[in-house]
Amino acid sequence: MNLLELLGYFNYWVFAIVLTVGLYTVIAKVNLVKKLIGLSIFQSAVFLMYITMDKVEGGTAPIIQKGVENQVFSNPLPQVLILTAIVVGVSTLALGLAIVVRIFEAYGTIEEDEILDAD
Amino acid sequence: MTPHLPALQVIVPMLCAPLIVLLKPRGLAWAGASAAALLSFAIALNMALAIAGGGTFGYDMGGWAAPYGIELWVGPFSALVLLIVTGAGAAAMLAGRASVDRQIDVERQPLFYSAWLLALAGLAGIAVSADAFNIFVFMEISSLASYVLIAGGPDRRALPAVFKYLIMGTIGATFYLIGIGLVYMMTGTLNLADMETRIGNVVDINPILVAAGFITIGLALKAAVFPLHVWLPNAYTQAPHMVTVFLAACATKVAIYVLIRFDFFVFQANFENHQLQFSLFLMPLALAGILVASAVAMFEGHIKRLLAMSSVAQIGYIMLGASFVSQSGLTASAVHLFNHALAKGGLFLAIAGLACHYRDLRLDQLAGAARSMPLTSAAIVICGFSLVGIPGTAGFISKWLLIDAAMDQGRFAWLLVAIILISSLMALAYVWRIIETLYLKPAVAALAPREAPWPLLAVTWLVALANIGFGLFPQFPLALSEAAAKLLLMHTL
Repeated sequence: MNLLELLGYFNYWVFAIVLTVGLYTVIAKVNLVKKLIGLSIFQSAVFLMYITMDKVEGGTAPIIQKGVENQVFSNPLPQVLILTAIVVGVSTLALGLAIVVRIFEAYGTIEEDEILDAD
Repeated sequence: MTPHLPALQVIVPMLCAPLIVLLKPRGLAWAGASAAALLSFAIALNMALAIAGGGTFGYDMGGWAAPYGIELWVGPFSALVLLIVTGAGAAAMLAGRASVDRQIDVERQPLFYSAWLLALAGLAGIAVSADAFNIFVFMEISSLASYVLIAGGPDRRALPAVFKYLIMGTIGATFYLIGIGLVYMMTGTLNLADMETRIGNVVDINPILVAAGFITIGLALKAAVFPLHVWLPNAYTQAPHMVTVFLAACATKVAIYVLIRFDFFVFQANFENHQLQFSLFLMPLALAGILVASAVAMFEGHIKRLLAMSSVAQIGYIMLGASFVSQSGLTASAVHLFNHALAKGGLFLAIAGLACHYRDLRLDQLAGAARSMPLTSAAIVICGFSLVGIPGTAGFISKWLLIDAAMDQGRFAWLLVAIILISSLMALAYVWRIIETLYLKPAVAALAPREAPWPLLAVTWLVALANIGFGLFPQFPLALSEAAAKLLLMHTL
């Protein structure tokens, strides 16, 4: 695989790196809000993967217009799928933050090690 | 109506969930939610009876035919899973009013029941879907609802437990999402049946292999396969007692169902040596899970945590049966899925009964409870025996089938049988500890003034008697499981 081919997969490299950054943050951080930030980064990487794979070179939005023929369209399905996944991600984040708020009310801290010590 | 049953299975609880929120008087919210849960159970039973007589249910959502439309499909395996999900959801809801009253604020109860129905809808939706992305969406609906349910626990320790579950559950679901994204990239389809045929035409198989890895790991996280089970013990221990009954009986089972279905329907026919890789990956994990989790359960001091660890071991048995990739192994897996739900559901129901009087559920605090609560304790004994696999109970049937299947595993058969027998002895040891505490030890805490509330007691005994009933007459779950195993193996190379 030569350099150009490697660069051709630019989006997928970014996907892999962002995914790893997110996963590392989730595992390594003790602050619960930082963990949730990591989780969001982790999920965003997947959004990028889905958006990348539906791109067709020279393709536009799949809207049929009168008088325009032989138009190349990008695949709309992955975008629809990832729209759903984004909604899921947002609700997970909201629920996670709500739990963090309640943890703070109950324990007075959002550092994981201090919570473990408290019980 | 009959052809619409697969869709109604999801629509009934899902539509009722927001309506329940509007019912302010708590009795009404409970009654409405119970009616919806019972109706879903009736639908599942109706489909299971039809499927046991041969045949399956297919349904095109909105009249759009697969692979373009979203397909629902209910076969023998999904019918069995649906029975467990709706049965556990309805039984715990009917039994649990007194227990929920003790643990959840009155004004929050309509919301609690609404989340319950959403979890039920999500879990049932996973079982009826034949579309990979639909499964993801339903998985997240059920997960988000169950995070809410678990966080309802009165103890503050429920909150860190549910946070851990949320993080690990989301990572699992996202791994699954990456997996189906890669498969979609290579095949252009999300329909499971269509995927199987189209993967055969894919030139470069590597992305599919990566996808298989992501999907397997993601679902194993959701299913709490050892060593990815760390979220489970705390979440089950700290959840409100009725939520533990519901989730312990079915939440991980549904993930196991998707894992088995994906591997057998989609991947088995397309990869060389997949059978061997599948076995070599899952069998060691299953065996380690059985031994380690049983050993931990033997020394656990909190009765709910003890049973949660035992659940991890039982998941090991189910995965072990699946890892044999044989008719007898898969049958044993499916039957154990059903029987373990009965045994563990019954145990947690009885413990919810104990918890009506004993606030502290550590074993040493429960000493002598049988004297004041003889009926609840007797139900614990019956379900405990079913968990161990004493002849005459449902657990015996699945252990017997599993040993029978292990015998066919060639050179290492004796080792597998030995591990199953040793772990059964370990199960006997931890169940005996519970029985000894309840019956033989002198009481520590003040004795409970009376038995558990009667609806709770009645449902507990119904489940306990079902443990004996399906131990003596196992034909119905057995017929479904055999048909399920046959259907799964049709797709192997």
